Amino acid sequence: MKDVLQPLLMSKTDFDIHYVAKLARLELTEEEEGTFGRQIGKVIDYIEQLQQLDVTNVEPTAHPVPLTNVTRPDEVRKSLTNDEALMNAPAKGNGLFMVPKIVE
Amino acid sequence: MDTHESISSLQARLQQGETTSRDIVSTYLNRIEASNSELNALIHVDTDGALAQADAADKALAANPKTTDKPLIGLPVAIKANIAEKGQPLTCASKMLENFVAPYDATVVSKLKDAGAVIIGRANLDEFAMGSSTENSSSGVTRNPWSKEHIPGGSSGGSAAAVSAGYCAGSLGSDTGGSIRQPASFCGCVGMKPSYGRVSRFGLTAFASSLDQIGPLTLGVRDAATMLNVIAGHDELDSTSVPQDVEDFTQTLGEDIKGLKVGLPKEYFVDGMDPQVKSAVDAAIVQYSKLGAEIEEVSLPHTDYAIATYYIICTAEASANLARFDGIRYGARVDGKDPVELYSKTRGAGFGSEVKRRIMLGTYVLSSGYYDAYYLRAQKVRTLIRQDFQKAFEKVDILLTPTVPTPAFKIGEKSMDPLQMYLTDIFTISSNLVGNCGISLPCGFSENPELPIGLQLMGKSFEESKLLKSAYAFEQSTDWHQASPR
Repeated sequence: MKDVLQPLLMSKTDFDIHYVAKLARLELTEEEEGTFGRQIGKVIDYIEQLQQLDVTNVEPTAHPVPLTNVTRPDEVRKSLTNDEALMNAPAKGNGLFMVPKIVE
Repeated sequence: MDTHESISSLQARLQQGETTSRDIVSTYLNRIEASNSELNALIHVDTDGALAQADAADKALAANPKTTDKPLIGLPVAIKANIAEKGQPLTCASKMLENFVAPYDATVVSKLKDAGAVIIGRANLDEFAMGSSTENSSSGVTRNPWSKEHIPGGSSGGSAAAVSAGYCAGSLGSDTGGSIRQPASFCGCVGMKPSYGRVSRFGLTAFASSLDQIGPLTLGVRDAATMLNVIAGHDELDSTSVPQDVEDFTQTLGEDIKGLKVGLPKEYFVDGMDPQVKSAVDAAIVQYSKLGAEIEEVSLPHTDYAIATYYIICTAEASANLARFDGIRYGARVDGKDPVELYSKTRGAGFGSEVKRRIMLGTYVLSSGYYDAYYLRAQKVRTLIRQDFQKAFEKVDILLTPTVPTPAFKIGEKSMDPLQMYLTDIFTISSNLVGNCGISLPCGFSENPELPIGLQLMGKSFEESKLLKSAYAFEQSTDWHQASPR
């Protein structure tokens, strides 16, 4: 039932770029909001065509070759050194990543 | 020396002592020096490193001229700049990673090094591999070696242009929706996407993890098989790498293809294809029947839905994968008054337009209230597309299609219209959704301007040997692969 109702509940006007950009942690200029909003709206109109298909009883595919429980023995192995892990950090000190103050 | 020489020929001359790796590498470096500033195929050239690697190869060859355990010894190879090589820049053509230096080698890079390859530099791409033209690069557009006003394709446009322009004997690209095959088609070289799970993705900057696959770009099919031999194989560092035996992919090359069943998906031969592409592909079909193949029409009924499915799944996965670029542990940072503002400002300044669009589309299709309607539905349609291919491969051995509906388009022609750009992927994206293997090889040229046309073959998952054998039979019976840009 849900699949049947979905197309009626949606249209591209639902796409609120300001809200989505906030969810995605992307600061956009006003100009970007306008341009991207139009461009993404067109793409959403295009992908709407999937609503035409009947997918009742079709299992979703998350992956082309589903492998399950891929594990390795739980043992200590060589990994990046502290210096290597920090070598690309934009701000570091005392062998740690520096971030803005989180707790007042 | 010409820099349009196959890996197998260079290898033979090296082993016979007719030339040295230093000579070969210097010749390629000269070629890069002469025209890369115009083409911009390579965005980083490791001149000193390459010469040092060449000298090491010459030493090893002098000690043992038949170093057959090192199939790429002394030969210059370029890698797409989203594949990590320890101590080298890994920019992904993004301002976000402008100063990023890779702390480790990707598995494919370790394998190239073990095979003796000389890594000559990094090839341009669309930022984070998102694009079909190599115009979305923080390092500027790459030009097509056949015509400077045209794009080389993308996202592995630099890798394809570098092979065609003679900057390397072969290169690596990554293919998420056609990003190896489409630029190979536009630049007139061979580009192969192996089956999903065949090649380790460890050290490849993730774009869409269920679709991404690394593969070779070369002048010919045999060279593609040689490079695949080097990079294929299970890797415990990539949990999606498939524990499947790797055969010698050159073994079947040259075998007869009499009785090979070649399927033509009827949904791929519809209106809208460039007439010159159509006639080149029609001629290829005739060639296959001359070679004894049996041509048969097949149907992939959900083809029309592939692009919509793909752009939901790939953007969803991209929005999750690119969440790691937050300005904290690596990459660019723009400060803010609190961490959330720091994230938003960093990401707003560090990502280019196409990456932002895809992150937002992906965020939207995964967001509460839309997940079932878009993402879950796309995953279900992905099942239907996979079933189409399963049915087709019950009837035929390989599928034959054009790689792209048109030859290369002009720089700027589609860059303002993302949807038009997405539609150019129509023939290549299904094999990423399905996970099967595919290859593009030259099958003709357009006129005015003269631009290469590519033929795509698709094979069942893990049937690369059959795919390569089928491609090789066509290549060896035609001379399209011998043409090189002026």
